[in-house]
Amino acid sequence: MQLNREELLKAYQGMCMIREFDDAVHYEFAADAMPGFVHLYVGEEASAMGICMNLNQKDTIASTHRGHGHCIAKGCDVTDMMKELYGKKDGICGGKGGSMHIADLSKGMLGANGIVGGGPPIVLGAALTYKTKKTNNVSVGFFGDGASNQGSISESMNMASVLKLPAIFVCEDNGYAESTAREYAVGGKILDRGKAFGLDSHEVDGDNFFEVYETAKHVIENARNGKGPALLHIKTSKVYGHFEGDAISYRTKEENERIKNDEDPLKIFKMKVTEAGLLELDQLEKIENEAKAKIKNAIDESKKAEFPTSKDLLTDVYIKY
Amino acid sequence: MSLKTYREAINEALLQEMQKDKNVVVIGEDVAGGAGTNGEQDAWGGVLGVTKGLLKHFGRERIIDTPITETAIMGMASGAALTGLRPVAELMFVDFMGVCFDQILNQTAKFRYMFGGKAVTPLTIRTMYGGGLRAASQHSQCLYPMFTHVPGIKVVLPSNPYDAKGLLIQSIRDNDPVIFMEHKNLYDTSGDVPDESYTIPFGEANFTREGKDITFIAMGQTVEICNKVADTLKKEGKTSTVLDLRTLSPLDEDSILEAAEETGKVVIVDESYPRCNIATDISALICQNSFDSLKAGIKMVTPPHTPVPFSPPLEDLYLPSEEKVINTAREIL
Repeated sequence: MQLNREELLKAYQGMCMIREFDDAVHYEFAADAMPGFVHLYVGEEASAMGICMNLNQKDTIASTHRGHGHCIAKGCDVTDMMKELYGKKDGICGGKGGSMHIADLSKGMLGANGIVGGGPPIVLGAALTYKTKKTNNVSVGFFGDGASNQGSISESMNMASVLKLPAIFVCEDNGYAESTAREYAVGGKILDRGKAFGLDSHEVDGDNFFEVYETAKHVIENARNGKGPALLHIKTSKVYGHFEGDAISYRTKEENERIKNDEDPLKIFKMKVTEAGLLELDQLEKIENEAKAKIKNAIDESKKAEFPTSKDLLTDVYIKY
Repeated sequence: MSLKTYREAINEALLQEMQKDKNVVVIGEDVAGGAGTNGEQDAWGGVLGVTKGLLKHFGRERIIDTPITETAIMGMASGAALTGLRPVAELMFVDFMGVCFDQILNQTAKFRYMFGGKAVTPLTIRTMYGGGLRAASQHSQCLYPMFTHVPGIKVVLPSNPYDAKGLLIQSIRDNDPVIFMEHKNLYDTSGDVPDESYTIPFGEANFTREGKDITFIAMGQTVEICNKVADTLKKEGKTSTVLDLRTLSPLDEDSILEAAEETGKVVIVDESYPRCNIATDISALICQNSFDSLKAGIKMVTPPHTPVPFSPPLEDLYLPSEEKVINTAREIL
């Protein structure tokens, strides 16, 4: 294991923060306290953290509609994010984006995305910038098993391969595109699609932080060194449904229980590091409590924050009124 | 100053901006041509030769030939603009927006507003539009009303070589996404163009004729049609105002109202499909703001609401022409 104690703590802090953030959003949304559509990342935390811990601040990512985890893993402020979800003026996008459009360019976060398969073409551009300016940065495009069937994903993998761009494509396969199973909707194998375009392609157990981290490290280092793009097919699962309010009737009770009990990346991480004597249980519990407190505070502050006003409606576009 | 074609003016704008700013890159299908072949490099320089010759100055690192993959081109250009380049992407024919519109409509057009003003997207999309080449339904459309409908992108329609150079340089330097639309029938037209670099500001329409009896409002190729009609009417003792909109977004509303009020008789000539097009939009604008100064109902010359036909006599019947414009003008003169 290559990670030192500090890095292990950081990994768990990040995963806990994502878990607490989206669990809290789940309850707030159910209580009718939050506007709009939200899609939660609970159960997939190891993917965002395992990938993003291999990135620096100048590297970029483009995310999906299920983007809160990626934003947190890339360093976006959770209070600013929460304010955005409540549509407040001091939100990370001034209340103009909402859950599906969280972006912070100063952190290399090029935006969550309301369009399935919308992000990877944008990642090509960031990667082109790094290639043209000869920096050794990389750009990572997240998408799901549903988006894997969009032409934009195939086009992006091909273009990255043709131009040998430092672009990493990360398919977070949680088994369902909305209510439709991967087994129904994906012809052939997602991994083979990457191979077909000449990408260095790997299948990864998304419940295991360490496997994600190690595989991501390998392909990201290669991309930095001019060896071109890669595809990671991350097998994962999500605790909640497609969106909040989804009754998830398309999944069986047994499957829901299995996802919660046996496929929880935080539990698996905790078990691995305590069994190996790398971190202590009380240390991990302290992290969990800190994350809880931080998110509770973010919600309190967000509820108190001001909404934008009519003056804000007409700014940030070029048309003058 | 020297005589240059519309094609040469665009090429010169690209050359000069790329020399000035190393962040400017050209991205598109066959923008150089011959990639991966043993034959001529720069074989095409764009399908109608507009980018020909740039390769020898800037190499394949800045004149980037792509596969035929419009979604990836538009996405790559948008992402590159978002992260520090100033790309000029080519959408070969505007008709092909059908395969990549998401990246324009939902991505690049939205970044600045949706991200709370923090995103800068200095992207120029060059594209060919318009009829007259017998290119049929999928290679002859205008479609600029569809872009104009979308907030967050600027829409530029140069009508002559001078404007083409100045407006393209402005487009490249602009920090918002711009759709720069080149009428394929104009490539071989020529006019005086300064050799040095210059810009023409957006949102400033150009009065190409000033008169008292009737006003023509035009854009792109229809400007020259209206200029010729104005010259014919002058011989008959009627003077005309012709307004070239130059940019559809932002739109120079003040000049449109001024031009309409000057004569009280307005003909709008628009090559795009007649429903929800620029002519209907401007007509509404004039009615809302200058109704009392109108002396006749506003007239429009547009194609019929059909796809662009292939057969030469049909396409001639379809497109706005000098004859149609002058006949329409006479109805209200």
